[in-house]
Amino acid sequence: MVMEIDCKGMYYKKLNKMIRDAIDKNETEFILHNINGQRYIGNGINEKIKITINGVPGNDLAMFMNGPSLIVNANGQDGLANTMNAGEIIVYGSAGDVLGYGMRGGKLLIRDNVGYRTGIHMKEYKKQVPVIIAGGVAGDFCGEYMAGGVLVLLGLDKDEDTPIAGDYLGTGMHGGVIYIRGEVEEHTLGKEVSVLELNDKDIKLLKKHLGEYCKHFGLDLEEVMSKPFIKLLPVSSRPYGNLYAY
Amino acid sequence: MRCNCYIPSGCSISGMMSESGKRMDGNAIIRSIALMHDRGNGLGGGFAAYGIYPRHADQFAFHMMFDTKQAKKQCEEYLKDTFDIVLDEEIPTRPGGVFEEETSGKDAEYGARPITDPPILWRYFLDVPEEKTTFVTEDEYVVNKVMEINSKFDSAFVASSGKNMGAFKGVGYPEDIGMFYKLDEYKAYIWTAHSRFPTNTPGWWGGAHPFCLLDWSIVHNGEISSYGINKRYLETFGYKLELRTDTEVIAYLFDLLVRRHNLSVEIAAKALASPFWKDIDRMPDRERKITSAIRQVYGGALLNGPFSVILGHSRGMVGFNDRIKLRPMTCGRADDMLYMSSEESGIREIEPDLDEVWSPKAGTVVIGELHEEVQ
Amino acid sequence: MMSELPPEFIVKIDYDRCRRCKRCVMNCSFGCMQFKDRVVPEHKNCVACHRCTTFCPESAITITSNELAYKENANWMPEIRKNILKQAQTGGILLTGMGNPKPYQILWDHMLIDACQVTNPSIDPLREPMELRTFIGRKPDRLEFAHNKDGEIDLVTELQPQVKLDVPILFGAMSYGAVSLNVHRALAMAANRSGTLMNTGEGGLHKDLYPYAGNIIVQVASGRFGVHSEYLNTSAMVEIKIGQGAKPGIGGHLPGEKVGEDISKTRMIPVGTDAISPAPHHDIYSIEDLSQLIFAIKEAVDYTKPVSVKISAVHNVAAIASGIVRAGADVVTIDGFKGGTGASPMVIRDNVGIPIELALAAVDQRLRDEGIRNNASIICAGGIRSSGDVAKAIALGADATVIGTAALVAIGCRICQKCYTGNCAWGIATQKPELTRRLDPQVSAQRLSNLLTAWSLELKEILGSLGVNSIESLRGSRERLRGIDLDEQTLKLLGIKPAGVGQ
Repeated sequence: MVMEIDCKGMYYKKLNKMIRDAIDKNETEFILHNINGQRYIGNGINEKIKITINGVPGNDLAMFMNGPSLIVNANGQDGLANTMNAGEIIVYGSAGDVLGYGMRGGKLLIRDNVGYRTGIHMKEYKKQVPVIIAGGVAGDFCGEYMAGGVLVLLGLDKDEDTPIAGDYLGTGMHGGVIYIRGEVEEHTLGKEVSVLELNDKDIKLLKKHLGEYCKHFGLDLEEVMSKPFIKLLPVSSRPYGNLYAY
Repeated sequence: MRCNCYIPSGCSISGMMSESGKRMDGNAIIRSIALMHDRGNGLGGGFAAYGIYPRHADQFAFHMMFDTKQAKKQCEEYLKDTFDIVLDEEIPTRPGGVFEEETSGKDAEYGARPITDPPILWRYFLDVPEEKTTFVTEDEYVVNKVMEINSKFDSAFVASSGKNMGAFKGVGYPEDIGMFYKLDEYKAYIWTAHSRFPTNTPGWWGGAHPFCLLDWSIVHNGEISSYGINKRYLETFGYKLELRTDTEVIAYLFDLLVRRHNLSVEIAAKALASPFWKDIDRMPDRERKITSAIRQVYGGALLNGPFSVILGHSRGMVGFNDRIKLRPMTCGRADDMLYMSSEESGIREIEPDLDEVWSPKAGTVVIGELHEEVQ
Repeated sequence: MMSELPPEFIVKIDYDRCRRCKRCVMNCSFGCMQFKDRVVPEHKNCVACHRCTTFCPESAITITSNELAYKENANWMPEIRKNILKQAQTGGILLTGMGNPKPYQILWDHMLIDACQVTNPSIDPLREPMELRTFIGRKPDRLEFAHNKDGEIDLVTELQPQVKLDVPILFGAMSYGAVSLNVHRALAMAANRSGTLMNTGEGGLHKDLYPYAGNIIVQVASGRFGVHSEYLNTSAMVEIKIGQGAKPGIGGHLPGEKVGEDISKTRMIPVGTDAISPAPHHDIYSIEDLSQLIFAIKEAVDYTKPVSVKISAVHNVAAIASGIVRAGADVVTIDGFKGGTGASPMVIRDNVGIPIELALAAVDQRLRDEGIRNNASIICAGGIRSSGDVAKAIALGADATVIGTAALVAIGCRICQKCYTGNCAWGIATQKPELTRRLDPQVSAQRLSNLLTAWSLELKEILGSLGVNSIESLRGSRERLRGIDLDEQTLKLLGIKPAGVGQ
């Protein structure tokens, strides 16, 4: 059964409680209409429910989320998927700053652009590997302190002059991998990363994730894959080993 | 390892402008800032409005706050000596004013807090006597007098001092402040708003945003970590910083750089949020020369720390972020309207159908300007 | 009568460990270590330069102070009695080297730096941009722009020459003569590598160092040694030396025995003659004369380099600095009373001048009060020991700081204070070929550069914790300093609040 809620002018506490109460009664699917700015939707939910969000959700969407699938039919704001553990979020629009901060599992599929500090502190542990894919371009400090997971920037439909990622790309990165469709200028790279070519394993991994991505956004996988990708990897898992005097 | 802590809360700001000069009542801006209710803590809210006094457009409109009748009397004596008072009246208010509606960002039950215990709020429409401007410009004269009142009179405060504009601010949530000041009854072509979460400065009516001087108004989200040197820098140019708050420096820096040093708003913003040297080094020759000079000469004006700011002035509205974008700002356009807000939802609340919505890059300015033909 | 002086130090040899390699004997340049069947120290010659202990492969040498050389007395301390004895013997002025060793309060250690918590975030210096770049030189109060015919913006204001520093730490003025050419070489190479400046001091510039012109401050002092048009132009900046923190109001001289072939050439004086630097410039008896000299230099370098005036920190330093800026100097260098020297009368070094912290605070405030702070850079010297001192100096208002003693310590100096003897065992303050070759300029340059790298990293950590990412946001930001254990008057002079007081 699907529970539809008109959220116009509804304070987030009321809305989120309504969702939690419904989950307790085994509700599994929600459609939220007239969302605008409600914070913490999906926060801390462990059940594999589905929520469709019509409107711009507020900050910290899906923070600590652990399982649900979210569809956002608008742009997301800041702090989307903050410290998220598991689940999937598909955004039919752009995402704000600090996307996927400390994210340690699950998947974010963003149709358009992502803001500053995307994937900051993203981590992986054993089988839990978070994935972020953005169809557009990213702001500065993308993949900052990244310690694990997969981050993909596609740069679809961008002007030639617009860089696919901002400055300080992968600064402080010490784990995980960033795939970029196209090129990045050397001076925009953080000190801790190097650019590599893709191997067969990379291509296989990309095809798997992008196949799913293309399905959601009605794109042609072949076409997306037709432009060459580069791969950013951290130079070392201990970039600051020689920083200190004892 | 230390974290560069982006804090997704704190203050919020919002601004809207009709570039064709269409005047709108205050309901929309109140709704926009009310949506971001939880970013403030009810210890300060305020608005700046441009175009509200068309019948007194040639006079300096002083919005004043007095703690006591005695202070008002003393200050009025001073105003009489220094200006020609064309008109003075109480600023109309709705005592106990409150914004009752529930919104997606505000709980009706707990969120509303009626405004009580205001200071004496009075406005004066002032002309500068001609003989006073023999050696200084009118603006310079007004600046000096504003500085003098704010530093010499303990219980009097000039909330704003520009022409055909005014600041409406106080202790409370901004939407309640807006209702208290009856902003629904004013019409302006630029509105900016601020909701405050004061940490470093005590919550007092004068301390709320916007901060104004002449027709400059500033609403600001974040904290200026370079306040110490910005203050000392301004003091060398004769500014008196009495308000013990970092936002004040931004208003004065624009006054110094744009009005007194005659720099364009873009260049002034470049001094306040300069590009990094590594980027300057890669610029083409002339741009590098200009930008280097700005950093070398205006180092004391560099604002450091997390901030997003909306500057209002009689011809427009300017928004910009700190150099590494530690505070949020989203902009939107629909027809002749330009919107700026800490959150996209703050814009969507009052204009769901935007032609364009974007987040400006760190250190870049977004400029709204009245069309040239608009008087 | 000299023999009446008890030795200052006792050198102990552990003969069980000593394998009679004589390395200590070869290394001792003060005639303390002698070999008679076995190593026999002449205690009274020891200056505690620690050359022997460093080079003894068996760690068999220990140097201790001769505790009971003088009977204990809290008033008539050993040093005082020793000095009286020396002067009774010779009738001379007591000479000494290095900076003031007296236990005056060190104000740097009574200032604490702020940090961010919650309301404004700290910034991670390792992964986010953090800028130390500093420009030294006169800046206008404002810039003027105009639109050109193509609608582009043109900068109308012509900027005066500026020197770019990658790190706000310069090497102090130490003349070739006071230190060896190898030291000059090391300083020049390190300055070049680290993007900063070394300072020739008043002894001219050796031709070998001409390629480093972009990293050199050439000094013009009262003796005008080696000063000529080419010298002035082989530089990034020219400095007029009025005073030195270790000996305000006092000149000096390089004894003739140090003036060998190379020094003679560099200083342009005959071999073996005393090189005398009187206290005053004999063409500067008043401030307008200083102005005349400043512009004479500017003419000679065709206004392409900033001109600095270096003064010692004295009581009236703020007014003097203001005069210097108004006289046309682009930089004021203030040298505090803890600054070092190759040779100074002890009575001057230990009793004249004021702490750099107070002088700096006074000068910066005065220039601000007069609205001329932008017109000159302030360089702060004399007693900078760590990056913490550098940060505090910049917060008080300095554009850049100077290290002299710290630089020498980095390349071996043990602060034995015998620079004036010319016997420096570490090859620093000496011209004896057998000693100067002990200092490898390449290795020393690397060590100096390492020091600046380390301090830069530490400065970035400090900026990050302050939540700012550029040095100009710390410069003069006294709000970020607090005083501890300081009286009210001192706090007021420093322009800082006591610890515990908020913004």
